[in-house]
Order: sequence, then structure tokens, then C-alpha cells
Amino acid sequence: MKIRKYIKIYSLFLSTSIASELEYKTNVIIDFITAILSLVGSVFLLSIFFQNTDNIGGWNFEQALIIQGIYTILNGITNTWFNPNLTEIVKHIREGTLDFVLLKPLDSQFFISLKKIAPSGFLEIILGFALLFYCISINQININLGFLFLCLTTLCCSIVILYSLWFLISTTTIWFVKTWNATEVLRSFLYIGRFPLNSFSFSLRIFFSIFVPIAFITTIPSEVFLGIAQLWKILSELIVAGIFFIVSRRFWLFALKYYTSASS
Amino acid sequence: MEENIIQVENLSKSFDISSKEPGLKGTLKHFFKRETTSIEVIKNINFGIKKGEIVGFLGANGAGKTTILKILCGLIYPSQGKLSVAGNLPYKRRSNFLKNITLVMGQKQQLIWDLPPIESFYLNAAIYDIEKFEAKKRIKKLSDMLEIEKELYIPVRKLSLGQRMKSELLAALIHKPNILFLDEPTLGLDINAQRNLRKFLQIYNNETDATICLTSHYMKDITSLCKRVICIHEGCLTYDGKLEKLLKKISPVKDILFICKTEKDAKELSNSGFIIKNQNHKEITITIKKDSIKSTLKKILNKFEIEDLYINEPPVDEIIGKILVKEKV
Repeated sequence: MKIRKYIKIYSLFLSTSIASELEYKTNVIIDFITAILSLVGSVFLLSIFFQNTDNIGGWNFEQALIIQGIYTILNGITNTWFNPNLTEIVKHIREGTLDFVLLKPLDSQFFISLKKIAPSGFLEIILGFALLFYCISINQININLGFLFLCLTTLCCSIVILYSLWFLISTTTIWFVKTWNATEVLRSFLYIGRFPLNSFSFSLRIFFSIFVPIAFITTIPSEVFLGIAQLWKILSELIVAGIFFIVSRRFWLFALKYYTSASS
Repeated sequence: MEENIIQVENLSKSFDISSKEPGLKGTLKHFFKRETTSIEVIKNINFGIKKGEIVGFLGANGAGKTTILKILCGLIYPSQGKLSVAGNLPYKRRSNFLKNITLVMGQKQQLIWDLPPIESFYLNAAIYDIEKFEAKKRIKKLSDMLEIEKELYIPVRKLSLGQRMKSELLAALIHKPNILFLDEPTLGLDINAQRNLRKFLQIYNNETDATICLTSHYMKDITSLCKRVICIHEGCLTYDGKLEKLLKKISPVKDILFICKTEKDAKELSNSGFIIKNQNHKEITITIKKDSIKSTLKKILNKFEIEDLYINEPPVDEIIGKILVKEKV
């Protein structure tokens, strides 16, 4: 019953958000063009890195393209869901409109995380998948059910980790009011995820695995695609995703106790 | 005896607030070592509200009215005290409690800016588990009452402030709440829009027996809707009772406008030792204590040639203005 209610509400979120976005046609077209140019630019940048060498951190150009494909999908998800919603948390708290969210008989985290979508991000997701399919053919990867299941699982875990990190940072707004910079830093860390983890020094690898688990976000799904991921890595990504999600949820509920609402 | 739908006992709330000295030195000090002080914005307040009552909360800016409303609807945790709203602890924000209340803030909006209000209404209906058919019926009824049938299909950003406020009210009432918390709902509206909104709230209260807690700086909202008022001054409750009684208590005087036959009479009257409020050629307004109206009038009418006279209560705004700065009423 509850799930049906949430599905119904989410379908309304989708239709109202798309309708809102389509009110501004030019903006949507510009966003679509930006998405295409952004992918072309990234592939071009990657090709420059490989101009004088055949491999970086043990990955050749064709394999590195997989990381780029996963990064593009994640960036598309970021632009479609995280950016329009999670950056709004800061605005909700600063302006006190979080009041309306908290007074609805609905999970506040669900409402605040999924209320809006930016349809232009869909194109990035499609382009990312297109790039991945291209990589599957050039890397001669065999597709079977188990392979697809593992790919989707690790990709979902990556989305959960990225969302939880972003949501955790946004939640601190309840105390610090302005935390835009911190979410920008997170986005810039995500750019790092376009490159194989092995191409960084040991200390950076530790940092991007433990403190800001960008490594889990792009590298592990890419290794699964190439069939070189070890089981412990996949399991650790699952655990990290679960821990991050639970912590972000608990932290949100805890932070709400300190919400003082904006003055009228 | 009828039980209170809202019961507040010894309610207090403190906030940590940081202050900053002016200038660059102050800014740097504020950045590196922020000094915070705990300020008690609500101090040991007690009151109860019965079902169907319309209660006005009066107080100057920063007195604590909005904080009380936000505590009552569960947005802010109280620091101390007991409270119950419709049998619930508000700050737990349980689903059945949230379905029973609504909050309307004159200066904040929940409607989707780029879409017509009808889209927000259907979204709210789904959130409150209202079937589409029932939602349609409620939207029709409320839009008729609020006279916004045509505006339902126009993007919110293109509506006037008055139309937007009416739409906000509709969005807030679609789930038929039993308790309405209205924080300055007529803020910025023109006189006609204010009157229409007041008329709607009165009808809504009569039809549904909903309890309404209202704050407003427009005294007409308070005088035309609230029989009972609660006065708050610097976080303390200074009066809780009938508005009529409060006005009598605070202002035991009346203003009498005399229209004298000649300007000479008016001049002589003004020099007779009465409290003069206004004087304009042959017209003169005198403030007289209510218990001495008869004798004073007799004296003036015997002594001066008066063409006409009008007895008025002093403007409510003036009286309430006095209440807002009083520690005790």
C-alpha cells in the first residue's frame, strides 16, 4: 500500500518536473547540446592522455573508455536527480521552505531527494550507456545474465554511494546553513573518477577508497565490465554503499532535531 | 467540560544566537571565534485552545508568535514544557497528526512556480491519500469559495499576489485539516483581497468547525475573525482572553468629534482643559474617559454651540499598538 502510494507520488513528481522544465524550451535544448559537447570533450581529453603511452595505471585507451562511460552515466544521474534536488536542500533550509516538506505525511528524505528532475541529464545517461555498449564490442566482452547482474549491482551501488555522500554534505546545512562549496568539492572529486584508480599514487588511492570513496564509484563497476574485478571488491562496494546509505539516513533524521526553521 | 484540542503547559524555547561586532575586526573575530548566547525566545507559556476556536496571536515583531506556531505544528522542538495538539506530540510529526493540521505562511510558498496551481493540488492530494475523484470535488468546492476557478490553470508565476495566496490556501486545505496555523496570511495583499480571505476563513470555520491559530499585523484580520487573543511580549504571555474585554481594559476612553457652530466656539472648547486629539477649523476631537461621558457631554453642550457630534472608539490599531509594547496587560 505504502509502496504504491510512493510510486504514485513519484510519477507525479516526474510529470510536474518535466512539465516545469519544458516551460523553458531553449534552456532544455542548450542543456542537451552541453551534454553532447561534454562527452566529446571528455573523450578527447582522455585520448590526449593516451597519445604518448599505451596504458595508464594498467588500463589501455579502450578499457579507460569504460570508466568514461560509467562516469557519464553517473554524471547524467547527478544532473538528472542529485543536482536539482540536493542543492535545493541548502535553499530550503536558508529560506525556511523545508517547513512545507516536514509537514507532509511523507518521508522527508524521499520528498527532498526526488521532487525534481532535470530531463537533460537523461541524454547523458543514454550517451553513457551507448559508450558502454561500444566498449563492450571493442573490448570483445561476452554478455550473459550473471555479467549484466553484476554490472547493474555495482552501478547501483555507485549511485547509492554518490547520493549518500552528497546528501550527507547537504544535511550539514542544518547547522552551517551554507555548504555549497562542499558539494562543489564533491563534484570535482567525481571528475577524478574518470581516471583509473591505479593511475594515482598509493596515498591518493587510500584517500579515494576510504575517505571519499570515489574509487568504488567508477573503478569497481569498470573492472566488473572488463571481468577483472575480484569478489572482495564487489562485496566491499556493496557494504560501503549500504553503510553510506544508512549513515546518511540516520544523520538526516538526527539533524532534523536541530532544525530551527527560518524566521518569518 | 469540553477538552482542549491544543494544550500548552510551561512551554519554553531557547535558541543559540551569535552576535557580531561591526567592522573588519568584528568580522574576523566572528569568523574565527564565534560567541553564541542562548536566548530564551518563549518563556514558560501556558494556554489551551478549544475545537472550533479562532485565536489571534498578537505581539510585536520578534515577540515569539511564529515560534509558538511552529512548535505547535511540530517544526521546532520545544526546550521545555508539555504540549499536546489533537492528542499528539507535535514534534514527533506522526502521519495521522500531519493529516490533521496545516500551516500557511504569508511570506513563503509551496506551489510549483512554473506550473498552474491545479498541478500542485493534485500532488498534495496524492500525498494526503486523497483519491482523484474526491480531490476534484474538493478543488471545485474550495476554488468556488475562494473565487479562483479560472486561475487554477494559469502558471503560478503569472498570478497576482492575492490569487497566489488564495491558491496557497487551497493547497493547504485540500486534506480538510482540523487545525489551521496561519502565519500572516494576508501579508502584502490589497484591502479587497484581505477582505475576501477573511470572509473565506470565517465561512470555512463555520462549515468545518476547524480550529484556527492566526498571527497578523493587520488588525482587521484579528478584529473580524478572532473573539479570543493571546498577547505575547518578548516570549512571555501577557494576555489571554476575549478581544473585546482587552480593548475595554486597555482603552477606557472614547473619542468625541464635535462640530461647532463657529470657529470661535471651537477655539474656546480647545482651551477648556480637555484632552484634544485633533482640531480642524470648526471640528474638534476630544478624548474622554468612558465613565464620564455623560457629565462631560452635558457640560460642553450647555456651554458651547454644537452643530453635531460623533462618538467613536479609538482605532483598534492604536490600542493594539499599545498592547504590543506592554509587559503586562
